[in-house]
This record gives sequence, structure tokens and C-alpha cells, in this order.
Amino acid sequence: RAMELSPSQFPAGRAAAVALGYLRYLRGGPGRALELRELRSARRQDIDDVGHKYYLELELGDVLDKDRTVKCTAEVLYPLESTSSAPDVQVALQGELRSTEQADKEFYNHIRSLEKELVAENIPDSHGNVPPELEPIHLLAWVASGYVIWQNSTENTKFHLAQVKHVRQVKRSDEDLQFDYVILLHEMVSQELLPWQVTVLWHPQRGARVSQ
Amino acid sequence: MWALVVLIGAASVSAHLQDPSFDGQKVFRVIPQNDEQVETLNSLASIMEVDFWQPDSVAVVKPKMQVDFRVEAEKSSQVEDLLKESEMEYEVLIDNLQAALDAQFDSKARSASHSYEKYNDWDTIAAWTADIAAQNPDLISRSVIGKTYEGRSIYLLKLGKSGSDKKAIFIDCGFHAREWISPAFCQWFVKEAVETYGKDSVTTTLLDKLDFYVLPVINIDGYVYTWTKDRMWRKTRSKNAGSSCYGTDPNRNFDAGWCTIGASKSPCASTYCGSAPESEKETKALADFIRENLSTIKAYVTIHSYSQLLLFPYSYTYDLPSNYQELNSLVKAASEELASLYNTKYTYGPGAETIYPAAGGSDDWAYDQGIKYSFTFELRDTGRYGFLLPESQIKPTCEETLLAVKYIANYVLEHLY
Repeated sequence: RAMELSPSQFPAGRAAAVALGYLRYLRGGPGRALELRELRSARRQDIDDVGHKYYLELELGDVLDKDRTVKCTAEVLYPLESTSSAPDVQVALQGELRSTEQADKEFYNHIRSLEKELVAENIPDSHGNVPPELEPIHLLAWVASGYVIWQNSTENTKFHLAQVKHVRQVKRSDEDLQFDYVILLHEMVSQELLPWQVTVLWHPQRGARVSQ
Repeated sequence: MWALVVLIGAASVSAHLQDPSFDGQKVFRVIPQNDEQVETLNSLASIMEVDFWQPDSVAVVKPKMQVDFRVEAEKSSQVEDLLKESEMEYEVLIDNLQAALDAQFDSKARSASHSYEKYNDWDTIAAWTADIAAQNPDLISRSVIGKTYEGRSIYLLKLGKSGSDKKAIFIDCGFHAREWISPAFCQWFVKEAVETYGKDSVTTTLLDKLDFYVLPVINIDGYVYTWTKDRMWRKTRSKNAGSSCYGTDPNRNFDAGWCTIGASKSPCASTYCGSAPESEKETKALADFIRENLSTIKAYVTIHSYSQLLLFPYSYTYDLPSNYQELNSLVKAASEELASLYNTKYTYGPGAETIYPAAGGSDDWAYDQGIKYSFTFELRDTGRYGFLLPESQIKPTCEETLLAVKYIANYVLEHLY
């Protein structure tokens, strides 16, 4: 009952983008951002009264680790009431991702040591530049956007993070780092640029948590 | 090649006493075919001030001779009418002499200098079009195909060794304002043509046997807007009646299934199809030019970003074009050529199923006009930087894309119709 899809046709690509958003949220951080290297295969199953389920085989990589590829299987279920519920995503990674323990610790200590709260805007800038010291903030925005993309995607949308419009660090009394982002999401089908406010809490051991 | 530079220099000196400014003055290149047309030039010279650059006097003009001459700004449309009436072959060699002069003398008219590995603003690109044509008169001529909503001249470069009965390939960039890598590619393409002509056998053959029309930026108003106000702007900057929202999506504005799918009827939407097909001055200018030159244009290539796709018709319908197999094989091979340089993976196929169904696209329109090789490129990347592609990627992106475009051009040359 599952229909084979061509990876080069858009329905498979959209489902892959949702899986990727979910994974970025789950496994991303200031030292790691996952990208899709290849969509190997896709199938679709229409489940009566439930929704459309996509079965995907992906090859992923860390943007900071060009030589390594990690295989991933994902299931993306778009519910029938897609405008009010997020797609359900299940993923299984085969293989190890490069450890970011050292980079995470350095970033954590650096931000905690700042006298003034970090504020930045337009990452990347108009010409695609990201100052090296802001790259971790940029990658953390991918975690935030991954969450938003996962939560808000339907079969008729495909989102990408276009730019970090604004980011402000908020100092906290507990151990977490907090960043309030305004991100611009580019929606491919409508071609609209949508601003989203997202707050990210992050800790080296606890990882990222997002609240909108 | 340097003759024109010398001539401009000489002209600027010789005419200096009479004309403090050359603003709007045009230099025409004509080839009178017979005695009648030579006589037309003679009478032209008798009714107005015509400054002959080559030869230096109308008295020595003979049929089949290439004649370059300068006329005042106010006289240029009269001249064009006369030339059209006499059916004399002509081109506008220099559209605005003042601009060409400024470009040479590096005056304040240009605030930033041009680089092929940087994003150039519109003024820099405009000056570059004058520059590059002036420096390579045997290979490039510049013309204006129309004006934008805000009144800017839309420049077109014609590349190729002059010859008769040549077929042509049309390439445009800058449809969508925020896709900055697109105009960068058109500039790169022109640079490669002039630098490798006579050195690279493929380039030389292509430019000897074909003409290339290169339109560096079609949506100039939008492009300027992304530099001055909103980096993420997409559409034109025309005012929409009864709305506070500006602009039409130029790639939904062509008469190809217009506004039936994948486009919006709302002026505030990014994919607004416009009030009617070709409602935009920019799209009308492009369509008019292609219609006027339909007998010679054999391929159409339009450059966009991002997503790394190579698309062919149709986007306004899921129906496949009649030469689907041929086009699919061609884009497959062109994508492999592209990937051969830096392993950049492209996806290819008909627009509707590969990216999304969308009506009003220029590629579909060109195809339905009879141009059977019609392609849309979506350049780097796949979303990591998206529209904000770093300048460090301009060179590799352009290099790999050039391989694909040359591959297509070669194929077209070998399958002329």
C-alpha cells in the first residue's frame, strides 16, 4: 500500500525537509548543523482517517565535517488536520556524528563570561558573511529553525532558514544559556519570508529546548 | 580592440569645445548593403550633425562597409526611425557616450569598482556593460530593450563574432531581486567569453557560429531595492492599483497558463501574477525582444537561485513537452557536466513535478513560442545560505554553471532547427 516516490520530485523533498528540521532540533547545537547530502529513496502511504506517511532513506552530514556521511531512516506522518497539528516524525541514525563536546564547552564558557549580553543581527549579512565568532550563534539558530520548521510544515510547504534577523542573549540565574531569536524563514512554495520569534535554551549536557 | 577606446578618447577631445557633455549621445554601427542605403547615410549627414568615427567621412562610405557614427541625444530616435525605414542593418554600439567615458576615466560616476567575484550594485553593473562592450567591439555590443517601471534602461549584451544568418541563444539573469548569484553568473559568462575567445576552441566555435544575448539584470528596480531597502525582496517595484503593496512576480507574469496555478491574485503576495500577462514593463520588454527575434533565437536559459535544479517545461501543467525525452537527457548530461567540477549535485526534470507547479513562467512561455530548448537554472545552494550565498562561492558556482551552459549551447549548435 506504500507507493514508491521519485526522490527528485517535490513531495519526497518536502518530507525530507521536515525530517531534517526535526533532526536539527534534536541533534544540532552551536557546534553542529546537519545538512541533507542525498535523499536515497522515498515511499508514501495514505492511511485512511489518519494522514499521509512518508518513509525516507536519507544521507546526512555535519556542515563542519565534510568527510563523514551518516545514514538515516525517517518516517514523517502528516496528519489530516495538518494546519493544526505538527507532523509526527520518527528517525533512526546509523552511525556516529562527530563529537562537539569540546566546542560546546568553549562556547558555553565564552558566553557565560561575557559582561554584556550578546546582541547581533543579520546573520548572515547581505553578502553571505558570518563573522567567525558568531558562527555558533548561527548554528544554534538552525536548531531553533529546525523546531519551527518541524512544527509548522505541511505537504504544501517547504521551509528553509533564510537569515537570523536579530538575536539577543538573556542572562539567566540557572545554568542554561538563553537566546531570543527573530528568524526569517523562507517558504519555497509561496516564496514568502516569514519572521518567527523563537527562544532557545541551551546547555552542553542538556542540549537545546525551544519555546515559541 | 583598442581602436574604439582610442576613438572615444579622440572624440572626447575633438568634440569637447562644442559639447560639454555627451550624456544620452549614441554611437551607431551600420552596414549599408547597397548604394541606396549609402545615400540614406549621406542625406542623414546633411540634415543633422553626424560625427563619423569610422570611416571619418561619409564621403568614403561604400556598400558593405561597417560605419560607426555619433549623434546627439535628441536626434537619436529620429536616426533610428530613418534607419528602420531604410531597412538598414544597425546596432547601437554605445547607448550613452557619457556613461562609457565615465567608465573609462574612473570618475565619481561609479562609487564601487567592478569585480567578478563580488556582488556588484546596479550602478556598477550598468557601467560594466558599457565598459565591456566598449573594450570588445568585435565581440560585444550593448543595446537597450526597454525601461523598467522606475525608468531604468534595461541593457542587453549581444555576444558573438559578427556574421550573417547566425542563430542565437538568449540568457537572462536577475528575474528575482534577492537572487544575487544570478546576475553574478551573467557577468561571469560574458567575462569568460571575452577572455577565452581565440584561446579555448569550444568558446571560439560557439561565438563564431552563434550569438549569445545576455541580459545581466532584468528586474533592475527590484535588484536596487535589495541593495537599498530590503535584501529579501523578490518582485518588481511597480505600484499596484488599489493596494499599498508593490510589485509583481516577473516569473508569474508571462502568458503561459497565466495565473492558473502556483501564483497569487493578491498584489501583496510574493507570487503575485500581475494585473495581466506582461503587465510589467520589464517582462513586456523581454517578451517583445524575443518575439522580434524569434526566427533566430533557438534556446532560452533563465538563471535563478537557490535549490540546485535544472528545469525544463512545463511548470504551468503536469503535461510533458513533446521533446521531453530529448530535454531530459540533455539536462541529465548538463547536470553531470556541472557536477564534474566540484561535485555539486543538481536535481533535474520538468518544473511542475520537480519544484512545484507554477504558471506564468518565462521558460514555459518561450517554449510555447517555439523555442524548443528552454531551461531554468536554480543555482547554489540548497538552503544553508540560500539567497545569502557568500561571495567566496561566486567563482565556483559560476565556473560549474558555465560548464552546464556551454554543454547546452554546444548541443543546440549541433541540433539547430
